[in-house]
Amino acid sequence: MKNKQSWIDQRFPLTKVFNEHLAEYYTPRNFNLWYFFGGLAMLMLGMQLVTGIFLTMHYKPDSAYAFASVEYIMRDVEWGWLIRYLHSVGASAFFVVIYLHMYRALLYGSYKGPRELIWILGMLLYVALMAEAFFGYVLPWGQMSFWGAQVIISLFGSVPVIGPDLLVWLLGDYAVGDAALNRFFSLHVIALPLILVVLVFLHIVALHTVGSNNPDGIEIKKNKDKDGIPKDGIPFHPYYTVKDIMGVVAFLWLLCAVVFYAPALNGYFLEHANFIEANPLKTPEHIVPAWYLTPFYSVLRAIPPMFGSQFPGVLAMGAAIVILFALPWLDRSPVKSIRYRSPIYKWALGVFVISFIMLGWLGVQPVTPLNVLLARVFTALYFAFFILMPWYTSIGKTKEVPERVTG
Amino acid sequence: MSEQTIDLKKRRFLTKATSVVGAVGVGFVAWPFLSTWKPSAKTKAAGAPIDIDISKLEAGQLVRVLWRKKPVWIFMRDEKALDALNSDGLIKSLDDPDGTGNSKNQQPSYVTSNFRSIKNKESVAVIVGVCTHLGCSPTYRPEPGAADLGGDSWKGGFYCPCHGSKFDLAGRVYAGVPAPTNLVIPPYRYVTDSLIRIGVDPEIT
Repeated sequence: MKNKQSWIDQRFPLTKVFNEHLAEYYTPRNFNLWYFFGGLAMLMLGMQLVTGIFLTMHYKPDSAYAFASVEYIMRDVEWGWLIRYLHSVGASAFFVVIYLHMYRALLYGSYKGPRELIWILGMLLYVALMAEAFFGYVLPWGQMSFWGAQVIISLFGSVPVIGPDLLVWLLGDYAVGDAALNRFFSLHVIALPLILVVLVFLHIVALHTVGSNNPDGIEIKKNKDKDGIPKDGIPFHPYYTVKDIMGVVAFLWLLCAVVFYAPALNGYFLEHANFIEANPLKTPEHIVPAWYLTPFYSVLRAIPPMFGSQFPGVLAMGAAIVILFALPWLDRSPVKSIRYRSPIYKWALGVFVISFIMLGWLGVQPVTPLNVLLARVFTALYFAFFILMPWYTSIGKTKEVPERVTG
Repeated sequence: MSEQTIDLKKRRFLTKATSVVGAVGVGFVAWPFLSTWKPSAKTKAAGAPIDIDISKLEAGQLVRVLWRKKPVWIFMRDEKALDALNSDGLIKSLDDPDGTGNSKNQQPSYVTSNFRSIKNKESVAVIVGVCTHLGCSPTYRPEPGAADLGGDSWKGGFYCPCHGSKFDLAGRVYAGVPAPTNLVIPPYRYVTDSLIRIGVDPEIT
């Protein structure tokens, strides 16, 4: 055994990598529930890759056969329904996990220096994941697939001057059709999964370079014992690997409950209109994007056309995502964790969370004058959270941060 | 003679020159890949004009056909609907009623400004059924006074379920809705009194 290990180690740094990233990677000892979601996100990526590989073996990326091939997977392929529901529920579960993972970063200031790059890589992952989910939603070629693609791709058509030509180039046709379906399939099964895997690798390399943040927002590397090991650190393996297994079991239990008893989750995970084949002549009466995109969709709907163009709304929607990248530089607070932040920050974060949830909820509601007004108010509050951040994080009294982690 | 010093200036120049040539090469290689996304020759050939027989079209009735993969509506408006299109009350609530402002490129020059149809064929409308906001196909709501669309101020028209844009029965957009311009009128001509050809302009007479 020892000989085999050294044979490999002379040719590949196996033991070194194992120690650096697991057995001798020191993690703060005070992780709480919020710290499960990074690992769970990796679990979901793995599950989506495996179920996706098997779905690709039966799916046909052709507008004449796509819808029927998904029904074929559901009815005729042995256990096909399970693989397909794991994949479709998995997409929503992935976003649940990612949103909680991102909220954790907001709670404990995990995006603040020296972890800015981890945050930026994470945001790139989030954007790539939204694209991946969008392309995946188009593939079953149901009514929602078709009209969702139509709306999202039309956003590019609103770009001044080059918009119409850009639209034709993206679609490979003058309307959403077979050419678009075929290329979205390629992007969904090859290009974006590769990008996601590479970004996850970079995200983790960056994390392991600076080390994990924790609920106290204290740098554990500042307090080391005589061997150079952080006093508040414990090896990731076996302590957190075992703890994460418990999180995985609880999470899979919930996931299975949805997969087996409510795979469409009353139209939120798989919309009712998507059980009808795409019809380019008729838009369904209630069209909404998948729930994880609705906050940004609401921002889009909240902005009226200006100068005979809907581009301002598209810009606002883009800005709502792009502004998240700037978070590490907008936050001027001397402390990281919510535990020691000023009351004004807690209020601001509360308003932001309510705005985000309300925008998401409004995104699935029909357009009424009241809903448009609400969407405008919450869009303003959403942006105010970021734009006013340099101001409200620099005023207000923060609590004193202890030397060592608590709890 | 063999004791040459390293000319760093020359080395830097060569590095830059090689990089530039390399970048140009990358551009040349990228072009064929990016070009594969353009409509193929087969796709381009599929955009031919189509003929629609309207001899059985009745007042209030709407038929949908696919032209260049887009829905096109052909529908018949009765006298009352045509009067409503000319009424001041409606015109005041529209963004660009005569198609000279934001919507000046949304119709061919030979359609009339208020009914947006070919002269002497006012009752028949031919409109591309694609919302100018984000490409959904609006729902046909010809009934005046529909309670969910504003009651008495609704003179009949189209309602987009995606983002709530409203259009009248000539495809003209209401002011203050997400859609920035009127719906598109495709080029079309009457081959006979009851046969419409979509995709070509009328013959010059």
